[in-house]
Amino acid sequence: MSYIPHTDADRRAMLAAIGVESIEELFDAVPEQYRFPHLALPEPLSEMEVLSELYGLQAANASVQDFSLFLGAGAYHHFIPSAINHILLRGEFYTAYTPYQPEVSQGTLQAIFEYQSMLCALTGMEAANASHYDGATSLAEAIIVAINEARGKRRKIVLSAGINPQYREVVRTYLQGQDVTFVGDDRVRTPAELLELVDDQTAMLAVAYPNFFGQIEDFTGLADSLHSQKVLLTLVADPIMLGLFKSPGELGADMAVGEGQPLGIPLSFGGPYLGYFACTKQLVRKISGRIIGETKDNRGQRAFVMTLRPREQDIRREKATSNICTNQGLMALAAGIYLSLMGKCGLRTVANLCYQKSHYAAREIDRLPGFSVDWSKPFFKEFMVRCPRPVAEINARLLEDYGIIGGYDLAQDYPDRANTMLLAVTEMNTREEIDALVAALEEIAS
Amino acid sequence: MKLEPLIYEISVPGRCGVRLPEVDVPTTDLPQDLLRAELDLPEVSEMDVIRHYVRLSHLNYGVDKGFYPLGSCTMKYNPKVNEDAARLPGFAGLHPRLGIDETQGALMLMYYLQTWLAEISGMKGVSLQPAAGAQGEFSGILMIRKYHLDRGDGKRTRILVPNSAHGTNPATTSMAGLEVVELPSDENGDVDLAALRAACDDTVAGMMITVPSTLGLFERHMLEVIEAVHGCGGLMYMDGANMNAMMGVLKPGEIGFDVMHYNLHKTFSTPHGGGGPGSGPVACNEKLLPFLPGPIVAEIEPGDDEQPPLYGWHMPEKSIGRVKAFHGNFGMLVRAYTYIRENGGPGLRDVSYYAVLNANYVLALLRDTYHVPYDRFCGHEFVMEGRWKDAPGIHALDISKRLMDYGYHPPTNYFPLIVPEALMIEPTETESKETLDAFAETLKTIAREAHENPELLHEAPHITPVGRVDEVLAAKQLVLCCVPIPDWAEQPPTLSTQSA
Repeated sequence: MSYIPHTDADRRAMLAAIGVESIEELFDAVPEQYRFPHLALPEPLSEMEVLSELYGLQAANASVQDFSLFLGAGAYHHFIPSAINHILLRGEFYTAYTPYQPEVSQGTLQAIFEYQSMLCALTGMEAANASHYDGATSLAEAIIVAINEARGKRRKIVLSAGINPQYREVVRTYLQGQDVTFVGDDRVRTPAELLELVDDQTAMLAVAYPNFFGQIEDFTGLADSLHSQKVLLTLVADPIMLGLFKSPGELGADMAVGEGQPLGIPLSFGGPYLGYFACTKQLVRKISGRIIGETKDNRGQRAFVMTLRPREQDIRREKATSNICTNQGLMALAAGIYLSLMGKCGLRTVANLCYQKSHYAAREIDRLPGFSVDWSKPFFKEFMVRCPRPVAEINARLLEDYGIIGGYDLAQDYPDRANTMLLAVTEMNTREEIDALVAALEEIAS
Repeated sequence: MKLEPLIYEISVPGRCGVRLPEVDVPTTDLPQDLLRAELDLPEVSEMDVIRHYVRLSHLNYGVDKGFYPLGSCTMKYNPKVNEDAARLPGFAGLHPRLGIDETQGALMLMYYLQTWLAEISGMKGVSLQPAAGAQGEFSGILMIRKYHLDRGDGKRTRILVPNSAHGTNPATTSMAGLEVVELPSDENGDVDLAALRAACDDTVAGMMITVPSTLGLFERHMLEVIEAVHGCGGLMYMDGANMNAMMGVLKPGEIGFDVMHYNLHKTFSTPHGGGGPGSGPVACNEKLLPFLPGPIVAEIEPGDDEQPPLYGWHMPEKSIGRVKAFHGNFGMLVRAYTYIRENGGPGLRDVSYYAVLNANYVLALLRDTYHVPYDRFCGHEFVMEGRWKDAPGIHALDISKRLMDYGYHPPTNYFPLIVPEALMIEPTETESKETLDAFAETLKTIAREAHENPELLHEAPHITPVGRVDEVLAAKQLVLCCVPIPDWAEQPPTLSTQSA
């Protein structure tokens, strides 16, 4: 299937206007011995054939359509109102590019300005950018901000092991060329224990809210103590939880980052997602990524435009602190629509449903012989269960015999948490599903 | 056209745009001391939301609306089938933490896409993890860095970058902790070979170069450039932003490039989304295979006549690590897969053929009206100057803004930096001769206006929803959020987050 509209007559007329006989002549600067190689690719398919092939491929996956899902660990199955997809499919949004020309991009610009505003409201922070690639890279960018805020003189970052292990891998990848030391995540530590690692070389401390185990840790005094030592605090926060729980701003964070996927973005095997990034006003000139600001046009009307552009790579080049040029524009749009639809009341309701259902599931599972739930700290939508058998074994039975996708096997990342399952329960899990899970676990254990 | 109020300005207390189910389980008391008091989100109905965003969409310009010759961005048509493909429930509803047995369809798709992207580039291996071109670039430069370190060669800290390069190239280099050495271009727009050879020594880690260059030109000394860099022990990075001119024309791996990235949102028709999500797979030769970001998809058990192979994850032995959580922008990978599958080898070559034909055709129509600084056959785009000696005060930006009045998206302005008043035009292969004729005619009309009635250009655009915006004011007042955020320092002390 070709999307090239040229007729033979068009081609001939165009070649004549250029003054050549064939298209091949236009490539005279390409070294002749390498010109026009064969491409060993499968034969082209028509649209209906390719769709049929794709139906086959997607059917070989265990999707949430066919299974009930209790797996989270960084990607969550939340309700996505239909209205979102209908807006995302408007060509004026999804076939546009970066709004370099504000006069013909007010739609994108205003939508992102509103997204930034809703993000600020949600996180309690004064500024937000137009997004990063995902939660992991958003954290990496926060670290770069912290290093630069300390003028490069402090190069130590304290990380909690309660931050998603993949995020901790990504930040190490990002900073490998920059002489930065990471400490703190060799074992699970409390915020107080993490504070003990802070010294005059430390630029930032990052913790997760909730942590990877679903728990809400005690951050009392953390921000004050860090700020008195000129250390920045970054919270990696779940945006749905912020519908009910205290905002990172209220907890004294300098930056709030995280995965925006729960805000109306499908699981989609891990991407595209949305790295949200919010910070205090003091830091806004140091952050990377697109930022949309309000201004006026030459007719006196309110208008929106990309601002603080001189920070960015296309202008600052090697002096830019990050090479990011795009953002996750369409995903930020999705999150903006989601937060508009949910609004004040809806987001609270979603968060409450997650809280209620996860606590119900936890209580029911805790009653089962051989299973015990970790109640040591408050949790939001995910919790840890000690199981009588290896998690992989239980999950295999759940899937095969009960059509249930079980929780995350924490031993994969935390060797001391053998037989510990991390279960995620959201508003998408009905009571019937939860009861079925509990019954299945009971049978599997017996 | 009327502007649209902010979503907060149409908010009415008590409205909600979605109805959620009741709690169907016995309830648990919320930990009151952990809860927030305020949540300042809009309160609007579903129809309010739909009308708001539909009206906003009317203020935008996209490929679906008209010609979008934004150079270096490859704004080709985005096939609708791509969107349906990515939304199939087995893809859109697939959790990234599932095991390989539950995700064979997705893994097979990724495996094929890796294989095809390797074939198109003449490379040996591909990682689909990078989320955008800039991240693919960053991965590639980290791979080069680690390759040298792995050989115990710690003194290679410099990356050569032509002065025509996209800003990401130098920014990427700095981010990787390496030093940028900028190379001049010669009078033909090619790399200045003498300067390159002078810069080549045992501190060079590699060179980044865009092919065709950001001037839209196929570098004529490409083999000499590669030889010079390889000769001093450096590696060659190809910025694949312009692959739309290259498919079935030249395989970067065959002429000696060691590593490159693709932009699936340019070459392979995945939509630009108003600024992302993109996807920037990185491809490399044998030498750099162990350093790819990962994990990548591998065949872990061979198939036979009855069973397909089993696909799984493989972490390259000396990988630079993970650059993104999970597996890359999978939804974009599905779209690119669909596109390659529809085109096949000959189809992709036609894409590049017609992209280059279209660009050369527009160039031929305009070269007598606009000054083209490096006038030879171009690749998929070309750069001309938006200025005339006899039209003082007219800038490329004025021409761009005037194009909006005629219903076009402007070309890229002021890039590459080495051409004064640059207008970079990339038509792409999906535009018809009639569209190109009309566009060229419009640019000739604007050239006339520039000489006869320059005010028309200075005041342009006239018919867009907003006029020229005040960027200085935006930076000065720095209004980034329309919601009042409390000054938390002045709030009463926060309660313990530890539940009683």
